[in-house]
Amino acid sequence: MASVAQDQSRVYDTLAEAIEERKDLRNPLIEVLRIAQELFGYLPIEVQEFIAEKMNIPASKIYGVVTFYNFFTMKPRGKFTLNVCMGTACFVKGAPKLVQMISDYLGVGIGETTEDGLFTMSAVRCVGACSLAPVFVIGEDAFGRIDTKDKVKEILDRYE
Amino acid sequence: MSLKHIDLLICCGSGCISAGALKIKERFHEVLREHKATNEVNIIETGCMGPCDYGPVMVIYPEGIFYQHVTPEDVEEIVSEHFIKGRPVTRLMLQNEEKTFSIQKDVPFYQKQIKVALENCGYINPESLDEYIATGGYEALGKVLTEMSPQDVINEMKASGLRGRGGGGFPTYIKWQMVHDNKGAEKYIICNADEGDPGAFMDRSILEGDPHRILEGMMIGAYAMGANMGFFYIRAEYPLAIKRIKMAIAQAKEMGLMGENIFDSGFCFDAEVRTGAGAFVCGEETALIHSIEGERGNPTPKPPYPAVQGLWGMPTVVNNVETFGNIPTIFRKGAKWFASMGTEKSPGTKVFALTGDVRNTGLVEVPMGTTLRELIFDVGGGMIGDHKFKAVQLGGPSGGCLTVEHLDTGVDYESLKERGSMMGSGGVIVMNEEKCMVNVAKFFMDFCVEESCGKCSPCRIGLKQMLAILERITSGFGREGDIEELQRLGESISKLSLCGLGQTAPNPVLSTIRYFRDEYEAHIRDRSCATKVCKDLMHYQIDKDRCIGCSLCARNCPVKCITGSREEKYIIHQVDCIKCGNCYDVCPVKAIEKEPGMHPDTVAHRSELGKAVNRYEDL
Ligand SMILES: Cc1cc2nc3c(=O)[nH]c(=O)nc-3n(C[C@H](O)[C@H](O)[C@H](O)COP(=O)(O)O)c2cc1C
Ligand code: SF4
Ligand code: SF4
Ligand code: FES
Repeated sequence: MASVAQDQSRVYDTLAEAIEERKDLRNPLIEVLRIAQELFGYLPIEVQEFIAEKMNIPASKIYGVVTFYNFFTMKPRGKFTLNVCMGTACFVKGAPKLVQMISDYLGVGIGETTEDGLFTMSAVRCVGACSLAPVFVIGEDAFGRIDTKDKVKEILDRYE
Repeated sequence: MSLKHIDLLICCGSGCISAGALKIKERFHEVLREHKATNEVNIIETGCMGPCDYGPVMVIYPEGIFYQHVTPEDVEEIVSEHFIKGRPVTRLMLQNEEKTFSIQKDVPFYQKQIKVALENCGYINPESLDEYIATGGYEALGKVLTEMSPQDVINEMKASGLRGRGGGGFPTYIKWQMVHDNKGAEKYIICNADEGDPGAFMDRSILEGDPHRILEGMMIGAYAMGANMGFFYIRAEYPLAIKRIKMAIAQAKEMGLMGENIFDSGFCFDAEVRTGAGAFVCGEETALIHSIEGERGNPTPKPPYPAVQGLWGMPTVVNNVETFGNIPTIFRKGAKWFASMGTEKSPGTKVFALTGDVRNTGLVEVPMGTTLRELIFDVGGGMIGDHKFKAVQLGGPSGGCLTVEHLDTGVDYESLKERGSMMGSGGVIVMNEEKCMVNVAKFFMDFCVEESCGKCSPCRIGLKQMLAILERITSGFGREGDIEELQRLGESISKLSLCGLGQTAPNPVLSTIRYFRDEYEAHIRDRSCATKVCKDLMHYQIDKDRCIGCSLCARNCPVKCITGSREEKYIIHQVDCIKCGNCYDVCPVKAIEKEPGMHPDTVAHRSELGKAVNRYEDL
């Protein structure tokens, strides 16, 4: 356990540094939250309280901001976040079916994480690759024209 | 642009990258090394060239040869045949029944296009300031700062007639004039790159493909209104756009194109990038401003307009990416030239993201006033397969559907609005006869309900109510009067909502009722979805004559509602069927059909159970 606690404290140190570096910017709260989410994977209350103290902002306000934006999450995520596009172009080209295929393969629904902690499945609105609809994204990689179960399987099996 | 003999432009827009463009680029490096020809060929990674559907694409200069659907296996042949022996590879060129199109500008997709905002997109290396300058970049800024007064700049903008490309179509010069006349201690200029319309990707492509152009446009605006600080508000989903803009800012600073006393004019300017965090309403300018201030992105009532009281209470102009993208060219070629394109009230060109069931999906730029027919059938190449055109949605979740009868409408702000649609940011989603318009309307309503910030009740509560009615219609519980109720709600929500989201959210429903009322009626009265999209209003049926009794469907049915035997053949027990479609997919002899309409057994079953299954009963 000691090493986990050490790791944690190191992450908190990194976050404190990031806050310090941005103290001259005007209202960098959203940038700071983004960095915190990158570091911790999600934004639990403890992290929000830490930021509140360091930035001298009421924790209630931070909670308000975190819950407003879709990008922020208070639940832990899997190693990879799989974002299925539910934008209009993808919807028209069969995104609901794609969601079903991925969900069948991973055994989880939107907003859920697989048991092995590998994938969190979520839905996003347009990733700007509409000409390849339907699209899903893992990290910065976009996969387009996914219309069969086999293609889904082939791609997802690459991640471990 | 280079001393090498050949310029190889590889499209590295989002579409081509997902189709494998980077692997192809690597392969070119390898093969050229093997042939010891690295010095002969200059490989340039460009932004989006437009025809995403043909991707990966590339153009080879000096001739301008256009290759499409290139794979890493084709690279060897391109190098040895085309580059070394000078014999272009015909099989990689675009071909139709009659003709091969070897040169990029002859490809039909490009024929009716005129590129202003997209001028350099797909033509230069977006990470190179030198290439931007070589195509005339920063000339406009130089001219503005050294030869024109801020008021001259605004007058020129007025003469160009440029209207905001972010959706509203508000004349750009008016906003600039307001901030110019406002003597604030500090003023701000903001580039709106939130691009919230799902199905539009032009702002992303311009930022990724030609970032300096946007920066230059912003600086010209800043000078005109007297702002010394700019912000780019870019959505977090666009990491490459964020990187490219940050790089452009750094390069411009290093060259002295930004910072203190630019071109010895006394004008100073700095810019910063802020990222969005996934909220559609943050594209609305007051919400965007609050988001930059680190707050929840709730809109606030206008007035006060941002031009009077914007970021941190100071006069602020918010302009869209594409709006800025037009500005350098306006000052290089003149307002007259710009105003000579397009229509009288909507001068210039507009970038559209063409998607859906159309053959050539991608990014196109055409003069305002181009008809939908030209856009969809000439530039877009018509419908995929043998499908028929049914509808086109413009303006995203705030826009409306148009139909066959509108194909000869020219696209400009007024014409679209008159017909119940909207220019919006330029997303054009083409739909064929397989699409259910009620379902599409429900999709947009679902989007707006989820994205409503909840600040005002017409939008927060009213849209939910509209969605519930649409859900009951599509699940077979629709009632007489539902259509009128949707119209009544829609009209009041439009009038009473605080911001543009709520004011325009009913549009997709109202426009589909206007043009496809019979579809709504069939859903309600006949419990039937002719396109077989709404699951409750269709059913699967096994054709006894074709069924060979193999039992595959029964074994694949998750709810075990298919029974039978080899002799008796198989049947579906309609009441239990969840319409998963597994049976339809697995049947080896295609004996299972999709039929429109709720099956009579299901109708009877539902009326027997009454309230127990109808969760819309009390609504
Ligand atoms: C709900 C909503 C979303 C919007 N989203 C965007 C957007 O993503 N990008 C954009 O440029 N403008 C968007 N707008 C319009 C902006 O409020 C604003 O009018 C625009 O950025 C002004 O720039 P322009 O005059 O250059 O068009 C949106 C408006 C509303 C009401
Ligand atoms: S109209 Fe909707 S999005 Fe706009 S302020 Fe009201 S609740 Fe918020
Ligand atoms: S899969 Fe097709 S052929 Fe086989 S039992 Fe089912 S309907 Fe008949
Ligand atoms: S709608 Fe899916 S990428 Fe744009």
